[in-house]
Amino acid sequence: MILAIDWMVFIEKLVLIIAVVSGSLIIAMYSTYMERKVAAVLQDRRGPSRAGPFGIFQPLADGLKLFFKEEIIPDFSSKFLFILGPSLAMLTAMMIGAVIPWGNKMHMFGRDISLQIADINIGILYVFGVVSMGVYGIMIGGWASNNKFSLFGAMRAASQIISYELAMGIALIGLLMVTGTLSLKEMVGGQMDHWWNIFKQPLGFLIFLICAFAECNRTPFDLAEAENELVGGYHTEYSSMKLGFYLFAEYINMFLSGAVMVSLFFGGYDIPFVNDIHLAENIGANWAAILQGLCLFGKIVCFLFLFMWVRWTIPRFRYDQLMNLGWKILIPLALFNMMVTGGLILLKQNHWHF
Amino acid sequence: MEITQILFWFLSALAVVAAVGVVLSKSPIYSVLWLIVVFFSISGHYILMNAQFLAIVNIIVYAGAIMVLFLFVIMMMNLNAEAEPAKNIYLKIAGVIAGMCLMIVFVAALAQSADIKVPIAKGTDIGLIKNLGKALFTTYVIPFEISSVLFLSAMVGAVVIGKKEQ
Repeated sequence: MILAIDWMVFIEKLVLIIAVVSGSLIIAMYSTYMERKVAAVLQDRRGPSRAGPFGIFQPLADGLKLFFKEEIIPDFSSKFLFILGPSLAMLTAMMIGAVIPWGNKMHMFGRDISLQIADINIGILYVFGVVSMGVYGIMIGGWASNNKFSLFGAMRAASQIISYELAMGIALIGLLMVTGTLSLKEMVGGQMDHWWNIFKQPLGFLIFLICAFAECNRTPFDLAEAENELVGGYHTEYSSMKLGFYLFAEYINMFLSGAVMVSLFFGGYDIPFVNDIHLAENIGANWAAILQGLCLFGKIVCFLFLFMWVRWTIPRFRYDQLMNLGWKILIPLALFNMMVTGGLILLKQNHWHF
Repeated sequence: MEITQILFWFLSALAVVAAVGVVLSKSPIYSVLWLIVVFFSISGHYILMNAQFLAIVNIIVYAGAIMVLFLFVIMMMNLNAEAEPAKNIYLKIAGVIAGMCLMIVFVAALAQSADIKVPIAKGTDIGLIKNLGKALFTTYVIPFEISSVLFLSAMVGAVVIGKKEQ
């Protein structure tokens, strides 16, 4: 036997990976529809309504349109890097899905199948690693466009993502001290049928949420593509499906950052007000897992709605305001949160005596 | 061959090829991108040694932050292959000879050392974050704190230098 691999595990993981990737693609597709509908409701319009009932086929029409558009690669740009940019953006957006626990175990074909692609014991650090890789897609694409405005957009995106990553990391230290683990699976497990982490770390969550907006390049922090200053930002020169990849990566990022926030602070696949273990005993592990998955999905959709709500209500920040908020407000607040959490944990270990 | 061995050889070959790419690339942007590939393959080696924390920190800090800054600066300076001044041919030859001498010293030193021949014990858990944290905050707490003070002073120094005269 040359390659001693457990083929069943291999197939199981392969199916799971395909499901997660295609699932996040479909959800990203329908996020565009949802975004347009939410915008329409907030602006007292009707939104897309022509393609199919309630305009439900609008994303398909948009996708077809993007595919059939002419593909233009600027003459003086590096062709390889020009194509690498959107590919990297898409790749890094998808990779976060690997560590998110999508549900508890399912029992099928005589084996327990965990609904998580990889339960690594550094789960949340992996998310940070992938997020920090996300800059490259934007930077490479912006530089390879050989265009002043694209480069400006890329630089803004890079400095913004690096700045907000710091506050994000420090905000999470408090949560890590409370839960005592880095694995997302264990974090969700600790919240099952207990208080969710949002009640233990409200300030940490607030900082994390703001930073998530900045990391996804969403309004009010979409300085990288500010159309009235930079034409289109880093994707000015892009057309056809390569532009589509950049736009799509943003929606996948939104979906998966929603999933990360739900797993960290809102109990992950925990069904609120229901004792999950009893439920699994009553209706079987498989049905319980499906219900939990749906519950997780519902929570993520709430976050998607929040992202869109903010986009259509709050105007864009100015660049110096963005940097001031990141460095002078969020980082000190995150440090304060860390100190207070550490102090409280010490007090608790000491049975509330000084 | 076991799967870890295959991975080891693949990652090693990748690291060497990418390192050669760093040196041979005409454009500094490509050099930086090759260097990122090197960091990734080294992180892969760390994971093979079950040092997951080191692997991910290597990616976050080096590939994710320092290399982004490198890329940042190079893109801003707009270095093109044409703009690079032609170097003296003697300098190039001298550089090659010096580099080879360095490599001979390294190979000789590594071939003589006894440590290199000891195989790494399989299933070691020292690289996992729990054990690493315990080791850092008990056995090595003084060096750890001293190096953190060093980092702090470096940061303060950077702020002082970067501050505008008033």
